[in-house]
Amino acid sequence: MNFVPLTADDRKVMLRKIGAASFEALLEGIPRAIPRADLKIPPGLSEPELLRLNADLAAENVNTRSHLCFLGAGAYDHFIPAVVRYITSRGEFLTAYTPYQPEASQGTLQAMYEFQSLLCDVTGMEAANASLYEGASALAEACGVALRETGRGKLLVAGGLHPEYRQTLATYLKQAPVKIEALPVKDGIIDLAAAQKQVDSQTAAVVVQIPNAFGCLEPAEGLSELAHQRGALFIASINPISLGILKSPGSYGADIVVGEGQPLGTDLQYGGPYLGLFACRRGLIRKIPGRIVGMTRDAHGRRGFVLTLQTREQHIRRAKATSNICTNEAMMALAAAVYLVSLGKEGFREVAAQNLLKAHYGFDRMVRIPGVRPLFKAPFFNEFALEMPVDPELLNQRLLKEGFLGGFPLKRWDPALAKGWLVCITEARSKEEIDRFVAAVRSAL
Amino acid sequence: MRDEVAVTKEPLLPTPSTPHSPGRLLEPLLSDLHRPGRRAFNLPTLDVPSVPLERMIPPPMLRKDPAPLPEVSERDLVKHFMRLAHLNFSGETNFYPLGSCTMKYNPKVNEEIASVAGFSKVHPYTPEENIQGMLRLLAELEQLFKEILGMDAVTLQPAAGAHGELTALLVAKAYHEKKGRPRHKVVVPDSAHGTNPASAALCGFDVVEVVSTARGRASLSALKSVVDEDVAVFMMTNPNTLGLFEGEVLEIAKLVHEKGGLMYLDGANLNALLGLYRPGDIGFDMVHVNIHKTFSIPHGSGGPGGGPVGVRAQLKPFLPGPIVVEQKGIFRLASPGPDSIGRVRSFFGNTGALVRAYAYIKALGKEGLRGVSEGAILNANYLKALLKGHYPIPVDEPCMHEFVASAKELKSRHGIKAMDIAKRLLDYGFYAPTICFPLIVEEALMIEPTETESREVLEAFADALIAIAQEAKANPGKVQGAPHRMPVTRLDEVTAAREPNLRWR
Repeated sequence: MNFVPLTADDRKVMLRKIGAASFEALLEGIPRAIPRADLKIPPGLSEPELLRLNADLAAENVNTRSHLCFLGAGAYDHFIPAVVRYITSRGEFLTAYTPYQPEASQGTLQAMYEFQSLLCDVTGMEAANASLYEGASALAEACGVALRETGRGKLLVAGGLHPEYRQTLATYLKQAPVKIEALPVKDGIIDLAAAQKQVDSQTAAVVVQIPNAFGCLEPAEGLSELAHQRGALFIASINPISLGILKSPGSYGADIVVGEGQPLGTDLQYGGPYLGLFACRRGLIRKIPGRIVGMTRDAHGRRGFVLTLQTREQHIRRAKATSNICTNEAMMALAAAVYLVSLGKEGFREVAAQNLLKAHYGFDRMVRIPGVRPLFKAPFFNEFALEMPVDPELLNQRLLKEGFLGGFPLKRWDPALAKGWLVCITEARSKEEIDRFVAAVRSAL
Repeated sequence: MRDEVAVTKEPLLPTPSTPHSPGRLLEPLLSDLHRPGRRAFNLPTLDVPSVPLERMIPPPMLRKDPAPLPEVSERDLVKHFMRLAHLNFSGETNFYPLGSCTMKYNPKVNEEIASVAGFSKVHPYTPEENIQGMLRLLAELEQLFKEILGMDAVTLQPAAGAHGELTALLVAKAYHEKKGRPRHKVVVPDSAHGTNPASAALCGFDVVEVVSTARGRASLSALKSVVDEDVAVFMMTNPNTLGLFEGEVLEIAKLVHEKGGLMYLDGANLNALLGLYRPGDIGFDMVHVNIHKTFSIPHGSGGPGGGPVGVRAQLKPFLPGPIVVEQKGIFRLASPGPDSIGRVRSFFGNTGALVRAYAYIKALGKEGLRGVSEGAILNANYLKALLKGHYPIPVDEPCMHEFVASAKELKSRHGIKAMDIAKRLLDYGFYAPTICFPLIVEEALMIEPTETESREVLEAFADALIAIAQEAKANPGKVQGAPHRMPVTRLDEVTAAREPNLRWR
């Protein structure tokens, strides 16, 4: 296939107008010492051939249609209403670029303004940007803001932070004069008393994930208070669905809220593109990264929307920008906006409550299996850590044969948790499916 | 030929589909559509026992009131977003000649492929033996990029071009440190994309900018005075942001390499080189690819994207992980070695976008890939020829995939700026070129037609630009007041920044 519409006749007419004898003449200015490519790539495929090739590759992959998913650990299998896919597949949104010409991009700009508003409604924050890449880099960007804002050099990071977030943060800050210290975990969550001793006048931010990597709910309110007592910022990385029932970070004084927005209407797609959520209190808006949409008026006084506060950004400030961000995940932000409004106020509370109730139902059934014990006592949302009597990797392979995608083997993150198994149950699982899963685990042990 | 055709005429292609009348709202906000009790989507009835939430979660952690989200019916929700969709210009509905952004056609078959459950509904922590098709695709895509770029290793992790720049610069930093000679400078030409200096600064480098020559090229002599043994990387865009091939690239690479530095190619303009030249053959050690530009994945109004990075062998140990490896016919994810810079994001990467890029490369094959750059170069040169004599072309030489025209004369004679021309183009049904960039050209109009546009579209676009130049003389007020046919006229950006209104509450 190719997508070039130029006919032989077109080419002739065009070259004549250009005044070039041949296409090659257009490359005459390029030094002959530069070798021409001769790619070792096979000939192109027709559409039917391409579909067949990819269908064969796709057929080899276990997915949430072929297997019932009880796996989370940072990416979640939620039901996505049809309307989300319909809107996000519209070419008017899907095939536009960053809205540099606002008069011809009001659709995207209003949708992003609405996304920002909805994210503020959910998080209880005063402002939000129009998205970053994904959860881990959003957290790293938030830490960058805290370091610049406070001028301090220490970050206190929850020991229960998702390891891939911790690793990303370390990569981003490798070159900065920063000390990253872990807040020790006790029984699945941060030990407030121990944390008290670590927060000092050099602390730029206390960074917490709620729920954390083990599914446990951190004592966020106490940690926020602790951070603010010493003039540090409080950064919360959240699972947005949990905020249907949990107190919003804004209500306990978070300065920056980040998170993985994938649960809000984005497919799992083997890890991306996902959605980096970023919200903050108003005082920080001139220091944050990413595109921001603002409401304004046109010359006739009509309401309209523009990209705003652009003097923060790389295309204006170059080396002095708050970040190098250019591309974001606008299409996933649009999906999140459609998802949130398709549920609405009551539906959003209900989806969170169903996650909580189903996870607890599954947990109660699971811990009745002989040899299965909870790893932690802390409260959890839709994911819980168990200690299993067998190697969880082995258990997962047995469950796969029965049509289940089992939990996450925690030894991949921490060798000390050799038998740790992190199970996720969302609203997408029915009681009957949960019962079957529990029965399959029981007989696989 | 076509030169005589251009006469001032009313636009033939109106298209903004919502007729505007002053004072009328284009479309209410979702919050204005809120009616308590409406709902677009219903969950199945709860089938596990209902238990008071307080028995599972300590009451102080629970919300007292639900988040105040709008309640809207499905019909109203769809109507709202469809009406918003109609306010947009897009690559699919309009010519979108945004320079350096490569707004080519996004093949529909790629969307169909990516939406198959075996790609779209795969959990990132699925055991590797159960996703062999996915891993094989990713491994093959790495090979394809290596071949296209002339590089020895590729990471697919970065989520965007700027993310790729960040990744590559961290790799460069780690490489120099490992050699026992940390370096603190990154050199960029003054025509570079803003992300280049921003990424360098983010990695803790000092940014040194060098001026371009009168012919819009990186200046070898200027470089000689700044390239020393503290220079870690020279970041170059080739063809550069004027759409010109950097003819001295081999000499520049020699100079940088002699001092122990690395050559980085900003791959934003890779569409000009595809299948014709390989970055690895023209002196580059590192390159990022924008798959939302060159490899046709839809950019979604600003994202997603994807920024794979290719490097030469000596830099491979420093790439981020995880990496796909093949052992006895089985594909696995491996952690990179001890010299790796580490992760740059969670999970594998923007896989959904990578699947589309893979399909695109497989569809085109060797001939099709070269056809892309040939078509892009031919289209750009043709459009440039059509505009010649009507707009100054600061460096009038054969261009690559894009070129820069200037509104300098229209500004000095008639007070018409590049911005005015951009806005008036919208009235003619065309999205605007990139304007006021590169910074080294006064009143720049940076035009990239891409290979997927037909000759007729290029001619209609040239006619519009020529008509606007005539309007500028005959009726400058009309151009300065543009756009007239868009849903809104020019927006007050100053007030938007001074008194930010960023949400509806």
